[in-house]
Amino acid sequence: MCFDHDYESPSPNPAAGIARETLRRCIHCGLCTSSCPTFTELGDENDGPRGRIQLMRQVAEGSLPLTGRVREHLELCLDCRACETACPSGVEYGRIVEPFRTAMLAADRRWEQRFDWFRELILLRLFPYPERLRVMLGPVRMSQRWGLFDIVRRLGLLKLLPERLARMTELLPDPAPGTPRLPRFSPAVGRKRARVALFVGCVADVMFRHVHWATIRVLQHNGCDVFVPRGQGCCGAIHLHCGDALGARRLADQNLVAFELDRYDAIVVNHGGCGAMLREYGVHWRDGLQPHRKKFAAKVVDVHEFIEQLGMTLPAGRIDAAVTYHDSCHLAHAQRVTAAPRQMLARVPGLKMIDLPESLLCCGSAGTYNLVQPEMADRLGRRKVENILRTGASAVLAANAGCMLQIAAELRKAGAQLPVLHPMELLDLAYRELPWPPDSRATAGRTNGNTSPPRLIR
Amino acid sequence: MALPELIAELRRVLSPDRVLHAPSELAAYDCDAYTVVRRRPTAVVFPHDPAEVSAVVTQCAQRRVPLIPRGAGTGLAGGCVPIDGAVVLMLTRLNRILEINLRDRWALVEAGVPNLQLARALAGTGYHYAPDPSSQGASTIGGNVATNAGGPHTLKYGVTVNHVLGLEVVLGDGSVRRFGPVAGAGAPDISGLIVGSEGRMGIVTKAWVRLTPNPHEFRTFRAIYGDVESATRTVSRIIAAGIIPAAMELMDRGIIGAVEDAYHFGFSREAEAVLIIEIDGPPPGLDRQQAQILELCAQCGAQEVLAAADPAMRDALWKCRKMAVGAVGRLSPSYFIQDGVVPRTQLPHILRRIAEVAAANRVRIVNVAHAGDGNVHPIILYDDADPEQLRRALRAGEELLLECIACGGSVTAEHGIGIEKREFMSRQYAAADLKAMQRTAEVFDPFEILNPGKLLPDRTAGAGAGRPNE
Ligand SMILES: Cc1cc2nc3c(=O)[nH]c(=O)nc-3n(C[C@H](O)[C@H](O)[C@H](O)COP(=O)(O)OP(=O)(O)OC[C@H]3O[C@@H](n4cnc5c(N)ncnc54)[C@H](O)[C@@H]3O)c2cc1C
Ligand code: SF4
Ligand code: SF4
Repeated sequence: MCFDHDYESPSPNPAAGIARETLRRCIHCGLCTSSCPTFTELGDENDGPRGRIQLMRQVAEGSLPLTGRVREHLELCLDCRACETACPSGVEYGRIVEPFRTAMLAADRRWEQRFDWFRELILLRLFPYPERLRVMLGPVRMSQRWGLFDIVRRLGLLKLLPERLARMTELLPDPAPGTPRLPRFSPAVGRKRARVALFVGCVADVMFRHVHWATIRVLQHNGCDVFVPRGQGCCGAIHLHCGDALGARRLADQNLVAFELDRYDAIVVNHGGCGAMLREYGVHWRDGLQPHRKKFAAKVVDVHEFIEQLGMTLPAGRIDAAVTYHDSCHLAHAQRVTAAPRQMLARVPGLKMIDLPESLLCCGSAGTYNLVQPEMADRLGRRKVENILRTGASAVLAANAGCMLQIAAELRKAGAQLPVLHPMELLDLAYRELPWPPDSRATAGRTNGNTSPPRLIR
Repeated sequence: MALPELIAELRRVLSPDRVLHAPSELAAYDCDAYTVVRRRPTAVVFPHDPAEVSAVVTQCAQRRVPLIPRGAGTGLAGGCVPIDGAVVLMLTRLNRILEINLRDRWALVEAGVPNLQLARALAGTGYHYAPDPSSQGASTIGGNVATNAGGPHTLKYGVTVNHVLGLEVVLGDGSVRRFGPVAGAGAPDISGLIVGSEGRMGIVTKAWVRLTPNPHEFRTFRAIYGDVESATRTVSRIIAAGIIPAAMELMDRGIIGAVEDAYHFGFSREAEAVLIIEIDGPPPGLDRQQAQILELCAQCGAQEVLAAADPAMRDALWKCRKMAVGAVGRLSPSYFIQDGVVPRTQLPHILRRIAEVAAANRVRIVNVAHAGDGNVHPIILYDDADPEQLRRALRAGEELLLECIACGGSVTAEHGIGIEKREFMSRQYAAADLKAMQRTAEVFDPFEILNPGKLLPDRTAGAGAGRPNE
């Protein structure tokens, strides 16, 4: 007797591209389970790293059919990679689950069995393209500015939109005044110590351009010439995670062209998710360009880590506030950057850092996860916000666009008035000796001095 | 067995989404961290509270279907292997810390709380929960209680049983009972009996655990040796000198390589053995002990002794030691780990024997040890794709355990008997003693449904239950 329907999908073995040794590295010790957000919430091995690896391994070996249930457990994975940090055996979980899911979803796309308008139209065709996104957001921004949006949100009219579109709209940050385009070049302040290119991305550039402005100024204060190469675009993470490896490769190759590697000491990234993807350009596709992609990836560095290595210039301003810092998964787990942002912030005169309990547990944003797995995303979002509020901090900092959107949306739902900032925004205030709490207008659209490109000396 | 009805009943007393029974979802429950024996359960259930645990037990008892409590599944003796078509009962959703009472120095926690979650909740209070198994990041308080877990610091502070003040337990007839005076007036003080019973005398749902004041100060040292014997001699000499360090841990060359790959602490890969020694207490006494320990290390031939300069370095050192076993995936696709105990003076002997046994059986064995306790953890490496290697590995493991018994020791200190070592019980205990244990278990589990076939070599277990996978 069978109670539930559990179907088998006809896709070819999605584990085909995964090295057997990578799968066999897991020794089933279970030390990773408690680091996993979904295991922590559900307590089911199938929703924990060890169980998921076993599922994928058995599918790979042909001893387990890829049933609907198996897929659900794999799709519920946030790909936050907390399990990688936890694993003493060095199991590269991301390199198992990412190709596996990409293949699984790609097979769907081919058969158009589970054709999903949301994924096809919104996630793949709209999100990764800053210009399209900007156009689409135009009317939304207007209504935000006129307060219509707030009324709609409060009346719950959003519920009338198809669910996932409504979620997407819910995530939108509060209206910020239109932020001017980023300058192609901003010169170092003081002694010049490095020449860097800033990666701006897609969602980050549309919704968080003020963070880019702040980042540029902080880099300038730390003696960097900052370039923003034109022609760069989305990192490709959204495509890859939706199973569109080809689309992702196109975007990657566009970036390869946009960044002339020899001109810069580093390609600096300020959002954890983009950084993680860029740093893995060398592993996702095997073709003639792979060596070049590897070279590109080797130049990519997180902005906090970069400035820490350079030696941070102390800010002149003071910020008398107590704040807390949330670790973005793709910064902390995929890139293993946890100390640098905290160390930088700790040097700001007056600033008090309060430890955030469960800081390393995903907030539920996880790229587009929030839009496709709403229930788990909400649970994790609520949990994150409860932890944040418990600290009593007057602001929360996070170095990733997705986290900032998710946390702000959850704070709004909880009725809390806590600003969510990127560490670069706070540091920017400190360097410029601006008052706290921040005034969003003050951070927009100004760099330090001259913004015309310098003479190029090769 | 009327399984479909049982599943229907379980879905009714819990809720349908808290009962797994699709074959594809059961695969992840076929073993714990001991992967030699794997069996498929009938179902996996996720109760939320003791009342639901009791309802599940009642359903299984009525049908005489075996039931296996499971926490984090980090057990190393196969205690969670669902033999005989058992139902697995997950305690992971009983995961709240209910009370921390600093004045009376206890905490009340649900069984599914990971050990580290409690440790984190206590940070900054000036108190801690002393048992610190290396698996503490994941393993649950309930699992720690059921296996009487130890850890590096049990040398000075004792094992789990010394830190459990009371328990709430669901017995095999479905009744919910409390033991230990802290659990309420009239609760008989027999929690000690339940601790270490590996799920056979009841399912632990809550534990009142003792909180220990943090020591004034720590001193942590890392000593490097050119041979294992000098390291073990140091251990005996330190204890003989009347010093009880907080911890005294050994790692050999094989495991040091894996740890170094994982955490880049800076251990020399050339070292044959590393000892981690920690002392704690009020500073005046520590200075004297420190001088003595450094002297003894030097006398025994330590090549280098380094004191942890700050708390960060101490943490890094402990991380290396605690994650060592989990790092063996860097050495081999599969392993199992033995948990033998010998009198401390026999440490040099047993480590020599381990090397001989490895050579004779052509398997690779690397070692970590709670050396201060005479508790050795030879880690036997093998490739699960090769049945012949597994056979040799199992033979080596068996020879080592017999050697421990011959030395006047035991086949387990902290990992438990589980399914792995139950045949050894009759070598260590007389038939009458085993009978007495069996009858004690029956008092708590009249229908013999709680984890039968584990711990005791009893009749209920299906024949060949402990046989490795094909
Ligand atoms: C890398 C690694 C290092 C380890 N280091 C140590 C160490 O230093 N010291 C040490 O002692 N152990 C160690 N272990 C073994 C293991 O972690 C311990 O035995 C731990 O106590 C098991 O906890 P768990 O929650 O994982 O229990 P599980 O593995 O889920 O269960 C273990 C046993 O307890 C029973 N059980 C679980 N929960 C309950 C409950 N609530 N009520 C009744 N019975 C229950 C199960 O049926 C099973 O028989 C290590 C394991 C690993 C993988
Ligand atoms: S992924 Fe790593 S930590 Fe998790 S079970 Fe496998 S080996 Fe252990
Ligand atoms: S990536 Fe995150 S959600 Fe997925 S298994 Fe690992 S820890 Fe869990």
